[in-house]
Amino acid sequence: MAAKTDIRAQAARLQAYFTGAGATVVEADILQPAEVLLDLYGEDIRSRAYVTIDPLHGEMMLRPDFTVPVVRMHMDSGATPARYAYAGEVFRKQEHEGGRASEYLQVGYELFDGADAAASDAEVYALFAEVLSPLGLRAATGDIGILIAAVEGLATTDRRKAALKRHLWRPRRFRALLDRFGGRSAVPDTRRELLKQVAAKGADALLQDAGPEIGLRSRAEVAARIEALQADAAEPPISASEVEILDHILGLRETCPNALENLRDIAVDLPAIADAVQRMERRMVALSDQGIDVDALDFEASYGRTNMEYYDGFVFGFYAEDRPDLPAVASGGRYDALTRVLGQGRSIPAVGGVIRPELVLMLTEAAT
Amino acid sequence: MTLKLGVPSKGRLMEKTFDWFSDRGIVLRRTGSEREYAGAVDGLDGIELVLLSAGEIPRELVAGNIQLGVTGSDLVREKIADWDSKLRELEPMGFGHADLIIAVPKGWIDVDTLDDLDAAAAAFRRTHGFRLRIATKYHRLVREFLRDSGVADYQLVDSQGATEGTVKNLTAEAIADITSTGETLRANHLKMLDDGVIHRSQATLFRGRRTDWTDGMRQTFDALSHSLGLGD
Repeated sequence: MAAKTDIRAQAARLQAYFTGAGATVVEADILQPAEVLLDLYGEDIRSRAYVTIDPLHGEMMLRPDFTVPVVRMHMDSGATPARYAYAGEVFRKQEHEGGRASEYLQVGYELFDGADAAASDAEVYALFAEVLSPLGLRAATGDIGILIAAVEGLATTDRRKAALKRHLWRPRRFRALLDRFGGRSAVPDTRRELLKQVAAKGADALLQDAGPEIGLRSRAEVAARIEALQADAAEPPISASEVEILDHILGLRETCPNALENLRDIAVDLPAIADAVQRMERRMVALSDQGIDVDALDFEASYGRTNMEYYDGFVFGFYAEDRPDLPAVASGGRYDALTRVLGQGRSIPAVGGVIRPELVLMLTEAAT
Repeated sequence: MTLKLGVPSKGRLMEKTFDWFSDRGIVLRRTGSEREYAGAVDGLDGIELVLLSAGEIPRELVAGNIQLGVTGSDLVREKIADWDSKLRELEPMGFGHADLIIAVPKGWIDVDTLDDLDAAAAAFRRTHGFRLRIATKYHRLVREFLRDSGVADYQLVDSQGATEGTVKNLTAEAIADITSTGETLRANHLKMLDDGVIHRSQATLFRGRRTDWTDGMRQTFDALSHSLGLGD
């Protein structure tokens, strides 16, 4: 374990590199209002972040990342384009022994600019690739936007698409839903029985028999869901060929040019992804312009589906190949939707990433 | 050095624990007055009886203040992060059965499974503007279970007692609590989800880490294991 002063010096060097690229240094409070983060990430973040009680402000969280506070700060101040750099501790609760650090430094770069998404993606990726290049890391890239477009392009109801999109970042639940909507798994007995009863007696009578109405979820809400279930039961399953296409996309793991070729072929059958594929192509050109060897760059369509819930476009990570025990040395991606959630109506296209300076230091020392 | 055995300090759990040990030739008994938390072990030397609240036994085992302890398997899983790397489950004792379950109002005729709960939670959040509240005191167990099941858009609200009443009192929409017969659930117009059993708990004999044990403690433990018929 390197001394903290050395890690801090490494963080300062990385931050200076980002300011050299035009970024303004920003700070974020360590204590963040818990509610914003809980609403964004869900209850699960309690097992990953430290929650504490402030006597005046209620539940607060030791910042688990900088992205959310930086986005909020930017949305309040407003002007785009903007480039920010930051360095500081983040805190991640560890629930398993021998695990990872619960407090570590992060250095980040965030770019808010809606003019040319491909150029912004490439700018951020190229900055990270350059500063990490002495370490000989493996780069992983992906594009959540293609997955979202593929789901939106399915020939099925908006309700089913919304359900699938909501669970894009929970692969197991996504699979279960896809199997159900595709007719590959049976309708649960309880639901079949409910729909039978509703057909025989009507939902109102069933609701009357079910006992008193208690709690905030009203009888009308239950009735509305029953209607939705009835409508869904009348829908044909998502076709086997579409499920197959989706599976093919999810399993896609190729170099960027091969992946692009593949996705173009798929777009013939699933035209809804054509725009997203075109965005990927523009990004590859932009990456090339930045001097990145795109022909050798890996692309995994499912990359970023776990632990990166706010990314909704380009995603990337850098890994030490001979140290699979280490977390990503750096990671990042595009998070336009996050700015929409936090901006209460306003949104700003944004892309960024973070580096763990202590890993950079460790790997640099190991290499010399 | 003696081995310290932590046992619940009162009620049926204590009595049943005493019975379980005496059936295996080891007599645990309280000493002193009715109100004094002191005890003794007959039938085996080198063991000291420590009477504790069942809820504190997991923590005391991990801290090494006691080496053996009887408590609910639910309490160990709830209170100790990564419990199976710190404690060893020696023997389920066959009493103190209770299931940690998820229950929703009976009037929710559209919700029978976790899949339904997840869909209802999404709709609830859209309608009411906040995440569906589940009242519980078993935060870790419930959160891990719902994460593994891929349920989203819920929040846990703390309830240390009378949890079945929280729905009617509008402080939660659903609950996760211990039940043995389901009677309290029915009385409060709640029903269990079909696939909502989080953990089937029972009184269990646990052992802490053996790192600081003396030879004498190991010998005592071997003798105890033999008496109890533990396959250790």
